[in-house]
Amino acid sequence: MINDLFYKRRYVISGIAVVVVLVYIIRLFYLQIIDQSTKDQADNNALVKQTIYPSRGLIYDRNGELLVFNQPIYEVTMVMRDMKAGWDTAAFCRCLQISQAEFDERIAEIKDRRKNRGYSRWTPQVFMSQLKKEDIATLQEELFLFPGIQIQKRTLRDYTYNAAAHVLGSVGEVNQNDIDRDSYYARGDYSGRDGLERTYEKELRGEKGVEVLMRDSRGRMQGSYQNGELDRPAKAGTDLYTTLDIRLQLLAEELLAGKIGSAVAIEPKTGEILALVSNPSWNPKVLVGKDRSKNYNILLSDKTKPLMNRATQAMYPPGSTFKTVQSLVCLEQGAITPNTLYPCSGPASTPIKCTHHHGSPVALDRAIEQSCNPYFWCAFRDLLQMDGYGKDNEDFRHRYELWREAVMSFGLGQRFTDSDLNEQSAGSIPSTRLFDKFYGKTGWKAITIRSLSIGQGEILETPLQLANQAATIANEGYYISPHLNKNDSMLTHRHELKIQKKHFEVVKDGMHRVMVYGTGRHYAIDSLHMAGKTGTAQNPHGRDHAIFIGFAPVEDPKIAVAVVVENAGFGATWACPVATMMIEQYLTGEVKRKDLRKRIGETVLNESVKKW
Amino acid sequence: MRASRSGNIWQHVDWTTIGLFLVLVLFGWLNIYGASYTFDQTSIFDFSNRAGKQFAWIIGSVVMGIVLLLIDYKTYDVLAYIAYGAMLLLLLATPFLAHDIKGSMSWISLGPVSLQPAEFAKCIVALAVAKYMGRYEYKLRSWRDLIVPFALIGVPALIIMVLQKETGSALVFAAFLLVFYRQGMSGYVLWTGVAAVALFIISIRWGEVALPLGSGSVGMLTCMLLLTAVEIFFICKEHQMRWQPLILVGSVLAIYGISLLVNIWVTVPFNWVSVGVVVALMLYTIFVSLYWRKYMLLLVAAFSLFCIGYTQACDFVFQKVLQPHQRIRIEVLLGMKEDPAGAGYNVNQARIAIGSGRFFGKGYLNGTQTKLQFVPEQDTDFIFCTVGEEWGFVGSIGVLLVYLWFILRLIEIAERQRSLFTQIYAYAVASIFLFHLTINVGMVLGLLPVIGIPLPFFSYGGSSLWGFTLLLFILLRLDAARMEQLR
Repeated sequence: MINDLFYKRRYVISGIAVVVVLVYIIRLFYLQIIDQSTKDQADNNALVKQTIYPSRGLIYDRNGELLVFNQPIYEVTMVMRDMKAGWDTAAFCRCLQISQAEFDERIAEIKDRRKNRGYSRWTPQVFMSQLKKEDIATLQEELFLFPGIQIQKRTLRDYTYNAAAHVLGSVGEVNQNDIDRDSYYARGDYSGRDGLERTYEKELRGEKGVEVLMRDSRGRMQGSYQNGELDRPAKAGTDLYTTLDIRLQLLAEELLAGKIGSAVAIEPKTGEILALVSNPSWNPKVLVGKDRSKNYNILLSDKTKPLMNRATQAMYPPGSTFKTVQSLVCLEQGAITPNTLYPCSGPASTPIKCTHHHGSPVALDRAIEQSCNPYFWCAFRDLLQMDGYGKDNEDFRHRYELWREAVMSFGLGQRFTDSDLNEQSAGSIPSTRLFDKFYGKTGWKAITIRSLSIGQGEILETPLQLANQAATIANEGYYISPHLNKNDSMLTHRHELKIQKKHFEVVKDGMHRVMVYGTGRHYAIDSLHMAGKTGTAQNPHGRDHAIFIGFAPVEDPKIAVAVVVENAGFGATWACPVATMMIEQYLTGEVKRKDLRKRIGETVLNESVKKW
Repeated sequence: MRASRSGNIWQHVDWTTIGLFLVLVLFGWLNIYGASYTFDQTSIFDFSNRAGKQFAWIIGSVVMGIVLLLIDYKTYDVLAYIAYGAMLLLLLATPFLAHDIKGSMSWISLGPVSLQPAEFAKCIVALAVAKYMGRYEYKLRSWRDLIVPFALIGVPALIIMVLQKETGSALVFAAFLLVFYRQGMSGYVLWTGVAAVALFIISIRWGEVALPLGSGSVGMLTCMLLLTAVEIFFICKEHQMRWQPLILVGSVLAIYGISLLVNIWVTVPFNWVSVGVVVALMLYTIFVSLYWRKYMLLLVAAFSLFCIGYTQACDFVFQKVLQPHQRIRIEVLLGMKEDPAGAGYNVNQARIAIGSGRFFGKGYLNGTQTKLQFVPEQDTDFIFCTVGEEWGFVGSIGVLLVYLWFILRLIEIAERQRSLFTQIYAYAVASIFLFHLTINVGMVLGLLPVIGIPLPFFSYGGSSLWGFTLLLFILLRLDAARMEQLR
């Protein structure tokens, strides 16, 4: 209407407005429709997935005795921002029974970003952790006086008995490896580090729950998101019933006190481990909570190696206990019959002298009873030389292979791979390859490896394998891999030996005679028919190790035991009484031989063994 | 000519604009409630929170609007200069009366409320400019005629920028360039402004980026190629012989082609090649302008020379003259630096908030980002985030389109005036709203640097709401009287 000269410029100005709005619409289209990244970023920003920790499964013994449970512990957290003027530090310190200096020091630690990288004035910071209920009781009542202070509950493991530390294992914080391997874990989570806690981690840990909370930009929680629709409750871990008999376990630990050694008891028919003791051990309570790493380091540097589970990891020459296996293999492979006689010249025998005095010649049952070394040397020699040596030692080496195979069928020289025991050693039954390497293919004869005949030399067994060996003999030809989970019947994991049942009769008889006339006779009990075999493992580093394997009752074996006491001398003196008392305890429910129990239990064979 | 009785003002007032105003104000109010909503909040009318206070401001604004419509339209014309003088005094006095709020000295406390005089200055400056340029004797013939209008906007802008340290509010006065343009100021002034900004951005953003071939930087080459294009455009426009420019284009292309070819054997400094081309064209322009007596082309040559210097100076200004925080803001904006926790925090959080709204938004009061205070200034300068997050793409576009409708309506109102005073004032109003919309939403969307100016009618704050109400309703009063005015 006016100013017509520049009338058209209204369209330029309108055009600018249209273009601006258009550009912004395109930008909005990009941000809100095309770009997908912002949605997740927004959720990360505003939503906090608060983990609800499940309570870990409890652990019981075979009779339903509670072994491991959870104890509540408390953490005191503080939000610095809320600690305004008028906050009564002195009263707070009184509640927690700490000094002003301790308080100041802790606050300084929290604020030090080098030590506490996630520090923020707006988020809860852990002021004190691992507190017992009684520690926070006063504070709990007066919590309203201290804005910014919260008490958080978590759980720790606790133990009914100071026992079975190796078996139960412990729970500790996960490391980066665990986090990488299993996405379930997050930093600061706990998982079973060893023992049953580790084996059954997946069952025991349960399932973490989640609570989705909204958080503002200062990290303050603002309540649940979408009325908790996305929340998921935690699922408690499954309880674990173990095969352990805690009474038996306690007795074995008591008897091994002051000694380095181990004891394993198995129910032969099921392979269930009734007791598994390794000494020195520790009180499982010390590897819990704030002192865990401190105590762990003490255990780690202890020269008696308490952290090692000797029952499954230590390897010993089985000594004379191996004669039981030797007998069975020789019988099965036709080198001897129960009637075969071999002469014995007592300590004058060659190439292996006999340590006992008995008549000569001897048959198998007496040979086992008297642990006659020459007998087993002769039997082993005859077995290996059955086909002669052959060209290039071939036939001899073949025989040795067959022998080794039969020996290994007892579960020796290998791990129980289908067992739930985590830390196991394989032991050793030497291969032909080993001897070929030492002596050359033609360089070794029966005489070269004579010490194998009596369980010395390159043969090594773990106490667990010794116990399983006893169980196999008790079962007359099969074993079920030793295991700890009562719920998991391992009957399908039955390992059959290729040894006829009839051969076991004479060996069992021999072992029974050991307990009546032989090396174990001093610890026999009238009411119980026990079978056993003592052994003395030569130890190049010091005194011999005392070993005993046995089972009872002979007619219907219910328990098979192996005991090893390091540097204790004869098997009969130290290992045998421990084993017989364990058998007595398990079968009769008590140990009547109170004096023996006291004497064995209180004897200290190794000064450095520490009692926790 | 009708008498201006209050009885018939309601028949002539532009109800469309009032409707759009009410829609924006009320929708803005809802979003302020959404933005400052926390979980324990009670009511939108609760005066202890911002939405409640904003409600009070809105009531005040409506009352103010009615009063403004009832005042005689001649008052505004009459009072324009007096108000302008008073405003200058107030602006000068403000820093001495003000409290320091976040480094800004622009707030005056009046009892329980604080007011920002700068928000009202826009309206008064618009009236003064309209009065000066709307005079019968006034004709915009040369740049001399713009000295007074520029001074009218420049003085308050300087006071606000230097004394009150409110760069954003001062920049708003740049909106008047559109008013001057509509009144006949050369379009080149606008284009020069655009070119200066573009060259600055290109030479900073890509100044350090090496060319894939030869030596030289992407930024420099791009600037010089743009300059070459501008020169050729003007030579073509002013040249009398139509075929010669074609030779020019051909030879420029040939030079670059040969350079590329030579580059196979020898590294060619493309920076110098491009500068050489621009200089050669500049010399040719001078020759043509003198030969054909097209002195206009001399300006183009001067502009070229200036631009060469300017692109070199940009880097210097950027590195040495700008403050570190300003430099970082620009670098973040141009995508040269990733800094989501520092200078880029606001922009990044705003982007996340808006982006997470998707198509339909999260629903009113359901935005997690804005509600949980991730976006700073979310109920003032960054209020558009709440719209984006809770109302989604649909809501955001809706708001933008309502604004566009509103601004186009103001331009339409401007164009139907008989009085030059009213027309100029109307353009000032439209330009100020356009400027606020562009800068504010551009900032929130991460397209423009963070300059703190409010989104009209949306952002929380009494001063800005009342300032815009004053601006708008004076226009509506003047428009209602358009039939009574001869010119």
